[in-house]
Amino acid sequence: MSFPSHPSRPIRRTASNSGDNGFIHPLSSEITSREVYEGRRDMLKLMAGGAAGAALAAFASREALAQTERPNKLAPLPGAKSAVPGAMSMEKVTDYKDASTYNNFYEFGTDKADPAKNAGTLKTRPWTVEVEGLVKKPGKYGIEDLLKLSAQEERIYRLRCVEGWSMVIPWVGYSLAELIKKVEPQGNARFVEFVTLADPKTMPFVGSRVLDWPYTEGLRMDEAMHPLTLLAFGMYGEVLPNQNGAPVRLVVPWKYGFKSAKSIVKIRFVEKEPSTAWNKAAANEYGFYSNVNPNVDHPRWSQATERRIGDGGGLFAKRRKTELFNGYEAQVGQLYAGMDLKKNY
Amino acid sequence: MNKLLMHPATKPVVFLLCLLPFARLAYGAFTDGLGANPAEFLIRATGDWTLRFICIVLAVTPLRVMSKWNALARYRRMLGLFAYFYVVLHLLCYSWFDMGFEWGDIAKDIAKRPFILVGFSAFVLLTPLAATSFNRAIKAMGAKRWQMLHKLVYLIAGLGLLHFFWMRAGKNNFAEVFVYAAIIAVLLAWRVWNYFANKRGKVKPASAGAVRTG
Repeated sequence: MSFPSHPSRPIRRTASNSGDNGFIHPLSSEITSREVYEGRRDMLKLMAGGAAGAALAAFASREALAQTERPNKLAPLPGAKSAVPGAMSMEKVTDYKDASTYNNFYEFGTDKADPAKNAGTLKTRPWTVEVEGLVKKPGKYGIEDLLKLSAQEERIYRLRCVEGWSMVIPWVGYSLAELIKKVEPQGNARFVEFVTLADPKTMPFVGSRVLDWPYTEGLRMDEAMHPLTLLAFGMYGEVLPNQNGAPVRLVVPWKYGFKSAKSIVKIRFVEKEPSTAWNKAAANEYGFYSNVNPNVDHPRWSQATERRIGDGGGLFAKRRKTELFNGYEAQVGQLYAGMDLKKNY
Repeated sequence: MNKLLMHPATKPVVFLLCLLPFARLAYGAFTDGLGANPAEFLIRATGDWTLRFICIVLAVTPLRVMSKWNALARYRRMLGLFAYFYVVLHLLCYSWFDMGFEWGDIAKDIAKRPFILVGFSAFVLLTPLAATSFNRAIKAMGAKRWQMLHKLVYLIAGLGLLHFFWMRAGKNNFAEVFVYAAIIAVLLAWRVWNYFANKRGKVKPASAGAVRTG
């Protein structure tokens, strides 16, 4: 136990751990006094009850609650620990460097090192997300309004790429359901389509023949409304790096990574299953659902195992077994009850 | 140029140059310099270098005939063996880092996934070529039969390309595949053209002396 090296969480440490260690005692000057400790709690409660309650409470408690150390690269975006079941994985978080330099974002190149190299040109302000289709309240939402639409939460999700690698990433955002409830879908809206930015001026690979641009994705309404489906604005306690889909993206942790559309500009509510970018490119390889499933192989490789990026042991670390729905079966399994997952891959 | 190619120091220098990619990969592997997914990096890089050496070795004869640098023929065997060196590393990296040397899983993987099967077949076919690359094997087999066997390299190049194409197919990412395909197509097309040109007696035979000089 070394208090000085944990300046961000002295209160928690002192309150819960004093006396745990019989050899190193905290200096009495480092122990937070009871009044201060309790006073802080009261202040938190007070703030939570106020007008901007949730947001302020999250802000005030950010240091005590934030799970992840900030890389100090971009503007901070604190989020309170999420209470959504399954939202806080206890697994070792992937290094920020790996999560921000090894990913797919084809608008910036097909190599996984390309996005970090090329996404500097992306302009994330001003930014609007247009909500259209079968909703009672369509309209254009500015990114600033979207950021404030609901309290930001930190959620630590496993991310499983269809290519067979995985990470654990602390995202910051809120359930997409919060936005959906606000815009009030009509009764016949059964699917949600996500359209992402396709700007050839700032995205050098838009126009390449790899995919049909813009990149689009889709979810069934119940999937979109599931509390684990995250509208993310940040990661690692900061706003999203451009290469990870700034300023706003989707994160659907039980589906392969490509389902989580980046840099979203349009959310459309529709009646029929929307076409999706990878499904259009190779329908036999990438289905609409694309739920993580170790029992349904990709035509060219097995999905039974995955390589966890940054796993201890590096090069020689063994691949780990992939779990059905990426380990979120308890939370999302019932969405697919009775469905043939081999057919609806 | 012929003089340079015949210089006793040239061959060792080329040998070391051919080892550079390996040295860079080994250095990166030990210094954590291969990015977030070092296993994938090694598997792909060794595959790339196999394909590159196949292109290089297929370029020897056209270059020799067109440039009249006949001493180039001295390098063909070594370059071919380097193609085999890198394909062995490729297979080793796959078996080790992707499959953890689980032989049962590897066998299943090869049977189940066409793109692995194609790559593995190319490796298997390349093995007798590497195994018969010393002078005594040529003598024992007879130059004609040896040459016939080594024509397999054309099939191997095609299989290697198909393996690479299939690997990239799911992502519709063919730019690099087309570069290799174009290079190999030109090198093979030159042989067809040369064959017919020889038949018409316009050009001196390209393969004369190739076997003797290795």
